[in-house]
This record gives sequence, structure tokens and C-alpha cells, in this order.
Amino acid sequence: MTDLHLDVAHPVRGATPMQAPATKISARDLNFWYDKFHAVKHIHLDVPEKRVTALIGPSGCGKSTLLRVFNRIYALYPKLEAKGQVLLDGEDILDPKYPMNRLRSKVGMVFQKPVPFPMTIYENVAYGIRHHERLGKAEMDVRVEQALRQAALWDEVKDKLKESGLGLSGGQQQRLCIARAVALKPDVLLLDEPTSALDPISTSRIEQLVEELKRDFTIMIVTHNMQQAARVSDYTAFMYLGDLIEHGATEQIFSNPSKQQTEDYITGRFG
Amino acid sequence: MSASTSLYRRRRLVNAVAIVLACAAALFGLAFLAWILWTLLSKGLANLNLALFTQDQPPPLEEGGLRNAIVGSLMMCGMGVLIGTPLGIAAGTWLAEVGNNRRLGTVVRFVNDILLSAPSIVLGLFVYAAFVMQTGGNFSAIGGALALAFIVLPVVVRTTDEMLRLVPVQMREAALSLGVPQWKVTMQVLYRSALPGIVTGILLALARISGETAPLLFTAFGNEFFSLDPTGAMSAVPLVMYKFAGSGYENWERLAWAGALLVTLFVLAISLGARAILLRNKPAHD
Repeated sequence: MTDLHLDVAHPVRGATPMQAPATKISARDLNFWYDKFHAVKHIHLDVPEKRVTALIGPSGCGKSTLLRVFNRIYALYPKLEAKGQVLLDGEDILDPKYPMNRLRSKVGMVFQKPVPFPMTIYENVAYGIRHHERLGKAEMDVRVEQALRQAALWDEVKDKLKESGLGLSGGQQQRLCIARAVALKPDVLLLDEPTSALDPISTSRIEQLVEELKRDFTIMIVTHNMQQAARVSDYTAFMYLGDLIEHGATEQIFSNPSKQQTEDYITGRFG
Repeated sequence: MSASTSLYRRRRLVNAVAIVLACAAALFGLAFLAWILWTLLSKGLANLNLALFTQDQPPPLEEGGLRNAIVGSLMMCGMGVLIGTPLGIAAGTWLAEVGNNRRLGTVVRFVNDILLSAPSIVLGLFVYAAFVMQTGGNFSAIGGALALAFIVLPVVVRTTDEMLRLVPVQMREAALSLGVPQWKVTMQVLYRSALPGIVTGILLALARISGETAPLLFTAFGNEFFSLDPTGAMSAVPLVMYKFAGSGYENWERLAWAGALLVTLFVLAISLGARAILLRNKPAHD
């Protein structure tokens, strides 16, 4: 991929916002309604490429809703509506003409609760690939291994690829779900509170993993846990009651927020 | 101090009384079940022999078996399940995946619940009027199977609908977020997840129809002779029991008891099988 040499030009490790990475996703005057409830209001947000952007805010602030617009998974349900623009590499994904297939192969998603499919570990990873590409057995084996390695799960499951994914522990299941998402080689990964159902050790493994994954993917993570946001993200967006209050480098948001509401939330005065 | 000990003593007393009453109620219910099973076993077991399966139903005072009825029951129950299951799964899938958020879905679910509790004799009469009469008043095994299918149908619709809706929303979303179209998600992911439940539902429906008499009275009618012709009248174990049990002929009554035991054992085996399927598929982690 062409992104490879970009990587060399802008090494991500130790990157600071000063280097101003390219914008991957850009929300323009984005609004979202649950029927008549205005859940996301006039949001403008630029998500930098190959960085981790955390969405934080109290329950019901619209952060998960916003995340779910970026792969249009909300379209599954009636009476939900997004208006405005979400540009992915400059193209508006909210345009009905934007092919859903392409969107879903470019933007992967991992959910709060680990939900492996009722299939073998191998099939869990291969399932999505099969839908987009026609690969021979050997090629598929390589892709599955690659995805499981990227999700830091390969060493634990390489001897039981034919066993059910439901037999894994919660943390392993969640990494399997990450493998399943990265197997499609998407550009963007959306993580919707990926550790809220996991124990502390599994959580820290996932956090390490996020750190590694941002070499290859643009990551957006919704989290209730402010320490987690501070640990894993390069940029943080704080939302409150459907408004995007503040967005900037994580360091700056956490050490020197410019809005009073952000400071109140971060210091635990509400939320 | 004394107030709290007396309060504690009172609670212990109430607890003991409640436990005794609950146990008595449970024993009361179980006693009747045991009584029924004991009666069945004591009257039926002696009559379970090879002739039961190799000979057809006899005239009064002659020896015979239930071969024609057993084969008839198996054929009609099998056909009933074969007709009712695909329709039921299709309808249940529509309810869970498409109709869930629509007014029509609510209506269909409600109508299905009515069908679920409809007296089976009404279903038999319906098939009599809508099918048997329309085919020249010709009693047939197909008619019997249709009546049984109407009993299977709502059970399968209900279990399919409920099992699919039990699949976590995130499983559906995870599959769709891979870019897999909805129909494939349903066929390849959701069915797999719901399968043990759906199979259990089908087995329980089979258990239910294997003891049904009323829907067969005006449809399959019964047949004293061995028959494999689905377009003709056919016998079934419950039909023979109905005719033999109060007949006053000693050999007929013995066969009726044997038939009752046979049906009960069949239902028991199916229920155990259904339970085994559910237990085996319980995920190791929740």
C-alpha cells in the first residue's frame, strides 16, 4: 500500500500533534436523530490518520452514537437519521450512493461485548475475508495467521484453530473480534468501549494492542474510562449532551483544557 | 436483645412453615405424575412385546399388535413436521429479522399466539372443511398431517422468533459491520447461534403432536388395516387408543395401554433429547 512510505516519512512512534498528520475522517456539520431526539449536534471533527482518537464524555453524551455513524451501522434500525457529511478520504459516506460494502471493508468495528461467531476460531477470522475476496486455502491461512498475530492472539490459539471461538476467555474473545475486524485490512478501526466487559489484565493487553495497531490503522475509541483515554490516545474529543465541547491533543485536553466543562469532567466533578 | 431473638425465632418458624408447605405442594404434584407413570407401566409394560410392532390391530377377542397405528403415527407426525417446520422457520425469521419493528409484525405475532393456543380439534375441523371436504370427503393421511402441521407451525414460529431475538444484537452488528449482507448474516451466523433452540422447539412440537387424537378424527380417520398410502385413511396410535380403551374387550384394552405407554416413552425420549441438545450447546463462557 502507498501508506507504507508515508509511514517512513512520518514515523508514528513519538509523534506529536505538531507533525499534523493527514486527516482520515472528517465530520462536517454532522447531526444525528433517534426519531425526534437530537443526539449529536452540528459536529465538526477531523480524525487524523494512523493516530488514536478517544471520544469521552458522560453517559448519553452521544459518543457511541457518533462512532456508529462512521460505519453507518445505525442504518440497521428504523427511525434513526444522520444529516451532514462524513468524509472518508474525501468522499461522503453518508451519501446513499457510497457503497455499503466498500464502507464496511474500509471501516471495521469492535463492540463492547465480545461476540465471537458460533464457528471455529479460524472461521471467525476467515468469515469476513471470504465475503470480500476469493482466496485459496494457502492464502487464506496466511491472512488468518496475520490477522491473529496483529491481534496478539496467534500464540494462544495457533494449536486450536479448529476449536470453537466461544471456548476462549473473555479477553481472548475480544482479541478474536479485533482479529476478525483487522482481517479485512480496513483503514479505520472503531472501538466501542472495547474493554468495559473485561478484567484489568485483559484490558491492559487490549490497550497495548491499540498502541501497536495504530501503526496500521486509524483508530477511534469510545471509552468511559478517562485514564484509558489518557493512556492510549493521541487525540481526545470531549462530548457533552450531543455537543462536541473540545477536541485536541490528549496531553493538552488532560493537562490544560480550554473549556470549563472539559475540566470539570476530567477532574471528576461530574459525569 | 430479647426483642431481636424473638424476632429471629419468629422468622425461623415462618421459614420452616414455608419450606414444609412448598415441599408438600411439590410432592402433591409429583405424586400424581408418579401415579400416572406407575399405572402406565404396570398396565402397559406386560403388553410391550414383539407382536405389538409386527402385527396389525386385531378384531375383538383376537391377538394382534399396533403395527398399522405405529407406522401411521410415524408417517403423519413426520409429514406434519416436514410441512410445518420450513414454514415456521421462515415465518419466525421474518418476525425476528424484518417484522420486529413493524406493526404487521406485532399483528402476526399475536395471531400466531392465538394459533398456538387454538384447541386442536378446531384445527382438525378446519382441515376437514378446507381440505377433506374439498377432496371429495376423502379421509387421508395428508389431511391428518396437515392438521398436525397446524399444531407444529405456531410452535416453530414462536421458538425461531424467540431464539433469533435472543442472539445478542452485537453479534448481528458485528457480522453486518464486516460488510456481509443481512440475508447471509441470518443464514450463516444467526441460524447457527439459534439452531439448538430451534431444534428443541421442533422436537417439542413433535412430542406434542405424537399424542394428538382430535385433529386426526376427521382427517386421517383411522384404518384397521396396514396402509402406506398417504391419500387414503390411516391409523395412528392415539386413534386406536381412543377406540380401544373403553371398548370392554379385554385384548383391545391391553393394546390401548401398550399404545399409551409407547406414546409416553416416545415423548419422554424426545424431551430428553431436546434437553440434551440444549445442555450440550451451553457456551463455556457467557
